[in-house]
Amino acid sequence: MRALDVEGLDVDLGGRPVLRDIRLHLDRGELVGLLGPNGAGKTTLLRAILALTRTRGGTVTVEGKPVRPGRSEIGYVPQRHEFTWDFPISVDQAVMSGRTGRIGLLRRPGVADWRAVGDALDRVQLTGLRHRPVGELSGGQRQRVLVARALALAPRTLLLDEPFTGLDMPTQELLGDLFTSLAAEDRAVLMTTHDLVAAVDSCTRLVLLNGRIIADGRPVDLQDAEPWTKTFGVSHTSPLLKLVRAT
Amino acid sequence: MSITDFLTDLLNPDLAFLPKALAIAVMSSIVCGVVGCYVVLRGMAFIGDAVAHAVFPGVAVAFVLQGSLVLGGAVAGVATALLIAVFSQNRRVKEDSIIGVFLVGAFALGIVIISQAPGYAGSLQQFLFGSITGIPDRDLYVVGGAGLVILGLVLALHKEFVAVCLDREMSRAMGLSVFWLDIVLYVLVTLAVVISLQTIGNILVLALLITPAAAARLLTDRLGLMMLLAPLIGGASAVVGLYLSWSYDTPVGGTIVLVATVVFLAAWLFAPRHGLLTRRWGRPGVPGAGDDANSSPCPALSPTT
Repeated sequence: MRALDVEGLDVDLGGRPVLRDIRLHLDRGELVGLLGPNGAGKTTLLRAILALTRTRGGTVTVEGKPVRPGRSEIGYVPQRHEFTWDFPISVDQAVMSGRTGRIGLLRRPGVADWRAVGDALDRVQLTGLRHRPVGELSGGQRQRVLVARALALAPRTLLLDEPFTGLDMPTQELLGDLFTSLAAEDRAVLMTTHDLVAAVDSCTRLVLLNGRIIADGRPVDLQDAEPWTKTFGVSHTSPLLKLVRAT
Repeated sequence: MSITDFLTDLLNPDLAFLPKALAIAVMSSIVCGVVGCYVVLRGMAFIGDAVAHAVFPGVAVAFVLQGSLVLGGAVAGVATALLIAVFSQNRRVKEDSIIGVFLVGAFALGIVIISQAPGYAGSLQQFLFGSITGIPDRDLYVVGGAGLVILGLVLALHKEFVAVCLDREMSRAMGLSVFWLDIVLYVLVTLAVVISLQTIGNILVLALLITPAAAARLLTDRLGLMMLLAPLIGGASAVVGLYLSWSYDTPVGGTIVLVATVVFLAAWLFAPRHGLLTRRWGRPGVPGAGDDANSSPCPALSPTT
């Protein structure tokens, strides 16, 4: 069974077509980079997978079942600016907030919940900072808080939206290693990014998206210039091609 | 007037309205302090302001019909809160404009209604600036009961409110109903405002919601502590404010709000980690000293130690 299966997905926003005929499969163990220019529909695709936006047609299944918010084995790491970082809350409580839906109304976090939070913090190496207010963290630490919050639900599929944006190279490298090992632990990881170098370097597969899927393959199989120029709308002499080592 | 004189007056059966006013002021400050924490953290002070103004037509109708002012205000306030929540789903006009429209519209409706009542000038002033006399016994129970319901709902939905404050998108992905949680929060703000109207008045009630919570935010980086400090600051301001108002014959609502404002300014200057002066004293020559809990000038008060 596929971890994530998207078939013939069409999405309109405000009456305009944004995504057409999206076909995308993810198996566990894969780290897939979703690449495309601004406005290509990357975030919309993630939101459609999470059933957060209305779709026009097509199906999305996770572990063979249609996605229902709060019920599916799927973890979401939104862009960092979606989170209210000046909120007076500690790292471990912020991670616990990811389990709010699962704990359910009128219930308090129990032993199992705190254990899940502890495991998630261990996994992203934030255990030492667990009592720190989130507002005092660096960009890389904040990104790891959001990853831990998603991991607190122990999902088999993980969706990451622009995890590298605004971070320096060493931090990106650390996070890239983290995502690689998360995928290696029998998870399917899909991440959108503008960081082509990091994507080519660490992803097992790349998906080029611009309204529809232009190419889908291993980085070594995407060394033709054409899908890249088509996706990003750049010329054949663009430095972008040098970045991704395509000719 | 000395504190003993104030206590004697409180116990004087001829001045029975005084302990009633004190009880209502303290109860409403506590409830407003707790609810105000969400208002401050979500940056929805304007909604609080809108709701405060929106209860006015309901209060006016209740006044004209000789009904319960608290009940009338609650109905009008909740109706407006729902209208704002529904209308702001349309993203063409931004939420703050919607709030602006309903805030002034409701207040205007209130003024038109109350102008139909004979001798409205005096009662208008009471609505706007609060009064400690003429509180019926019934209102004591209404305010106490409503306060308990509000605090109970806050306790029950706290973790959901926090999740929505932190990250709306993630909350939706977790299957929380963000729309309904917003509505419940608006209604809680409305009820907190309505039960405070009597003593504080329509214009000043916003301060009871915002000022203690904002002061508490300056004092701590922990939400739990903030939600204890805010009602404490509000309640203390109510007691001190009522005492000063009784002693110097100043308007009660204004005096309570001024006391709370002084507490806020003090917190802004002297808060253990984020205060303007504490920060300055904390770093003579040592860069970033005030940022570190261990070198904070008052480590015992520092929230992370």
